[in-house]
Amino acid sequence: MIKFLLGKLAWLIPTFLGITIVAFGFVRVLPGDPVLLMAGERGITPERYEQLMAQFGFDRPIWQQYLEFIGRLFQGDFGNSLVTKKPVLTEFLTLFPATVELGLCAIVIATLIGIPVGVLAAIKRGSWFDQATMTTALVGYSMPIFWWGLLLIILFSGILQWTPVSGRISLLYYFPNATGFMLFDSLMSGEKGAFRSAVSHLILPSVVLATIPLAVIARQTRSAMLEVLGEDYVRTARAKGLSRARVVGIHALRNAMIPVITTIGLQVGVLLAGAILTETIFSWPGIGKWMVDSISRRDYPVVQGGLLLIAGIVMIVNLLVDLMYGFINPRIRHS
Amino acid sequence: MTSISTTEPGSRRQVLAEFWFYFRENRGAVIGLWVFAVLVLVALLAPLIAPHGPTTQYRDALLMPPVWQEGGSSSYLLGTDAIGRDILSRLIYGARYSLFIGLIVVTIALVGGIVIGLVAGFFGGWVDTVIMRVMDVILAFPSLLLALVLVAILGPGLTNAMIAIAIVLQPHFARLTRAAVLGEKNREYVMAARVAGAGKLRLMFRTILPNCLAPLIVQGTLSFSTAILDAAALGFLGMGAQPPTPEWGTMLAEAREFILRAWWVVTFPGLAILITVLSINLMGDGLRDALDPKMKRS
Amino acid sequence: MTFKSTLLATSALVMMLAGAAQAKTLVYCSEGSPEGFDPAPYTSGTTFDATSRPVFNRLVEFEKGTTNIIPGLAESWEVSADGLEYTFKLRPGVKFHTTEFFAPTRDMNADDVIFSFMRQGDANHPWNQYVAGVSYEYYNSMEMSTLIKEIVKVDDLTVKFVLTRPEAPFMANLGMDFASIVSKEYADKLEAEGRKEDLNNLPVGTGPFKFVAYQKDAVIRYAANDDYWGERPKIDTLVFAITTDPAVRVQKLKAGECHVMPYPAPADIEGLKADANITVMEQAGLNVAYLAYNATMAPFDNPKVRKALNMAINKQAIIDAVYQGSGQLAKNPIPPTMWSYNDAVVDDAYDPAAAKAMLDEAGVKDLSMKVWAMPVQRPYMPNARRTAELIQEDFSKIGVNVEIVSYEWGEYLKKSTEMNRDGAVILGWTGDNGDPDNFMGVLLSCAAAGEGGANRAHWCNEEFSALLTQAKATSDQAERTKLYEQAQVIFKDQAPWATLGHSTVFMPMSTKVQGYVMSPLGSHQFDNVDIVE
Repeated sequence: MIKFLLGKLAWLIPTFLGITIVAFGFVRVLPGDPVLLMAGERGITPERYEQLMAQFGFDRPIWQQYLEFIGRLFQGDFGNSLVTKKPVLTEFLTLFPATVELGLCAIVIATLIGIPVGVLAAIKRGSWFDQATMTTALVGYSMPIFWWGLLLIILFSGILQWTPVSGRISLLYYFPNATGFMLFDSLMSGEKGAFRSAVSHLILPSVVLATIPLAVIARQTRSAMLEVLGEDYVRTARAKGLSRARVVGIHALRNAMIPVITTIGLQVGVLLAGAILTETIFSWPGIGKWMVDSISRRDYPVVQGGLLLIAGIVMIVNLLVDLMYGFINPRIRHS
Repeated sequence: MTSISTTEPGSRRQVLAEFWFYFRENRGAVIGLWVFAVLVLVALLAPLIAPHGPTTQYRDALLMPPVWQEGGSSSYLLGTDAIGRDILSRLIYGARYSLFIGLIVVTIALVGGIVIGLVAGFFGGWVDTVIMRVMDVILAFPSLLLALVLVAILGPGLTNAMIAIAIVLQPHFARLTRAAVLGEKNREYVMAARVAGAGKLRLMFRTILPNCLAPLIVQGTLSFSTAILDAAALGFLGMGAQPPTPEWGTMLAEAREFILRAWWVVTFPGLAILITVLSINLMGDGLRDALDPKMKRS
Repeated sequence: MTFKSTLLATSALVMMLAGAAQAKTLVYCSEGSPEGFDPAPYTSGTTFDATSRPVFNRLVEFEKGTTNIIPGLAESWEVSADGLEYTFKLRPGVKFHTTEFFAPTRDMNADDVIFSFMRQGDANHPWNQYVAGVSYEYYNSMEMSTLIKEIVKVDDLTVKFVLTRPEAPFMANLGMDFASIVSKEYADKLEAEGRKEDLNNLPVGTGPFKFVAYQKDAVIRYAANDDYWGERPKIDTLVFAITTDPAVRVQKLKAGECHVMPYPAPADIEGLKADANITVMEQAGLNVAYLAYNATMAPFDNPKVRKALNMAINKQAIIDAVYQGSGQLAKNPIPPTMWSYNDAVVDDAYDPAAAKAMLDEAGVKDLSMKVWAMPVQRPYMPNARRTAELIQEDFSKIGVNVEIVSYEWGEYLKKSTEMNRDGAVILGWTGDNGDPDNFMGVLLSCAAAGEGGANRAHWCNEEFSALLTQAKATSDQAERTKLYEQAQVIFKDQAPWATLGHSTVFMPMSTKVQGYVMSPLGSHQFDNVDIVE
């Protein structure tokens, strides 16, 4: 197992180096630069321009900047935002809980609904339930979520007025953000109605974000179940007279979960991409929106630091999924 | 693997017949195919079908509701947008963009991915390692984020959005091709061709490639819908096609400010995207069922 | 875990929403996050609305709703006869905010004033680089570093600014956001505790509101300053709900989730006006949009050619199609709300036939030119691309062939200042301090005509520039008005720009909001605002 783990980790290093090159390089070839945007219509004299570029350290050769960037990375320093002047890592950590809260909620919704639906659909293969849910799943899978979000806003915020338009909690409530997770903080604050308000703010964005993972998980669970139900040992168990529920619940489900867990893990990338759209639609103060804004402001350190952190997280999650897969399914380890 | 991997002359028709048999069994796939065919027709005949020009502004008909709602007019069946353009006509012309985007993106990604994957799989060694690391790097970024950064570099616009999406989708094809090549490389028929003195290029493209097509076709349909969705998302974020292009995502971006006032300007472009993507995904399911032997069994 | 929280949510549902703040809270749906909370290093109005306006004061302030200078932290001032010495008497008994993170032990005094300026002007000041990469763009671009020779503390409540040259707009500069007075005592405390960067995170000022908390990209909270030297705000809590999307801001305003919102999309204004619960205030913006020729390149170095082209542009069509009712025609380089606006100037009439004749007369045939259209929407210009298309069509009627070009915004700003720029560029300006020199001096003087300068026409007219210099040397406003009026006549005659339009600024707000006054400078302030249920 340890050898397997080390092998996996060794693979990560060149990939991670590649990611740093991409994150750093892409940002430098972005047209326009932060100093020009800062000067705006007023313009900037060539001397002052040089002076500021030097102050930001953008005047030195690219490779030198890159090496410094890597050097500082090892000390956990991602640089400072050109706009807010704050460390990129601090900003990331401030906003990340909002995205995580949204993403976790979405994945919980997707899993809690997706797996039972998939299992049922597999058991009742060909029934109206199977057909209806799988058609719905395919619709969900094909959904442009930015449009879906707008529709839900029209219905629930506009017409029914059940949920607020945007934000994380009603502005009436004010309490310190100990963890950055609004659900948790609102509970801890002890303010009446705060938690309810947080939930009502969270519900639409997380439903929107959950849509595609839900569809994927339901479909994946169904096909994994079908495959397992067709395997010999399940048939044998059935033949031996074990109850249907027992067979499905214990034997089939456990084995079918292996590919499903992988699927859930792989949704992290999908969630982060979806977060960009969802956060934009709901003015949700997370890292998706932060990245989009920083790209348009040419805030180099934020864009490169953010790209790196996000890719790093995706990589780590993928690694964990791999490990878990290896753990559940020992055959992989040895092949 | 399956019957499709035999390339003996004479069996092609039989392969196609078998494929069609399985495809036709899937009702959804057939519906998807029909809808898609209609969409293609609409796109091709847009200038003939569309009642109005896609960018013509009717100053006396701003934000007019669809025909069945009070205040609607039969000359604008699905209503008009904020500057008096007929939504139906824009949607019809928009079909051209979406299908075109899907087609071009998949072509670029497919060709690029196949070449890269073939090279990696066939040569192996450090070439393979380097190529696959680069693919890993691309896949480590959430696709939409990477596409956003690429578009920011290249400049907002439809062409650049398509290039960006193609780059982001391409590793999937490269990986599939490589895996298939590795699977096929040491098979007898390849060995035989090699012994017979076939050149490397010939080996790669004429001998091995046709036998890896099935998964690539399935991935291609999947990418077709992904490309349409991502292009619309980029348009929605203001980085894709630029106004007044009647691209559906861009139309949605323009319509956002009216969501509480004029539901039709928001609803229809999104519905068009959904229907298109859904029809392609339905076909994709059918294709997979027909091409993937494992699914056939179950 | 999720199951448990669902249970709790249900029980929370049972409880009624009670005991929510009885105090008056005003929610402002602001358009973006502040870059920081120290106004000095920044240049955006979004940052100033959240920092300098609620939290800080300046020596002098702009009177509400005007660009007139009135006493702020300085009660009175005297200018020496040669215009080089400005002596300010500070207001006694002004208290800096007492907050969770700072309690002042003394009142505001001359040290605070000197600290506030010197940290920006003196590169060796220990607070000049208090966070890495900070720069003082406004201090620099208003030429304060070359203008201020020294700042002298006469006594605790008297400060003297000695200038290197007479400069009438200096007083207006002191009312600007970068000139906000920060507490030296607070800075010393931060320095002692080794957390200098908090000057940019946790602001302490003398203004009508105290900073309470900021949740990045989401909410900023302020509380009324009970010890305010002026009139205490009528509301108790001020909340900025950061909402970058104009469509979402409108939805929130309509849903009652906020009371005031800035920058509605032009398309939304009609709907907002029709809403009985919403008032839409409007005012001419302190801005101008223009098309600047390159006056150093033939044939555009000939004023006749420029004039002819100006006559060929159907400006009303631009106002109608691009501004969609939220703009007005521009004839002068300064907006009509600004003092010294010369209303006697007659605009070039739209007359394609005469324009064509004039071009022929100037010997220009088969002219092909480029028109630059910026890629972004700006407060003064909702859609440059559409404007360029209209100009293209207008010019084609007099036989001038136009190619529209555009670049990424940063590139556009840079390339448009290049001396050998090919083509006329669409751009504009939003005023900083309400002084006419802030338009004409910055945008049209010889000094700004070089590479990197804001004079995108590269137009250097000695007579025009001499008038501006003269106007800066006197602090007599009547005399300055006369000089600027003359300058506008020269401008119209020489036609370095086609003046396109001034945009209108709209402020939709709930009808519960009382006493809001729009600032011609485009800032948003809430100290006199009340909420009436």
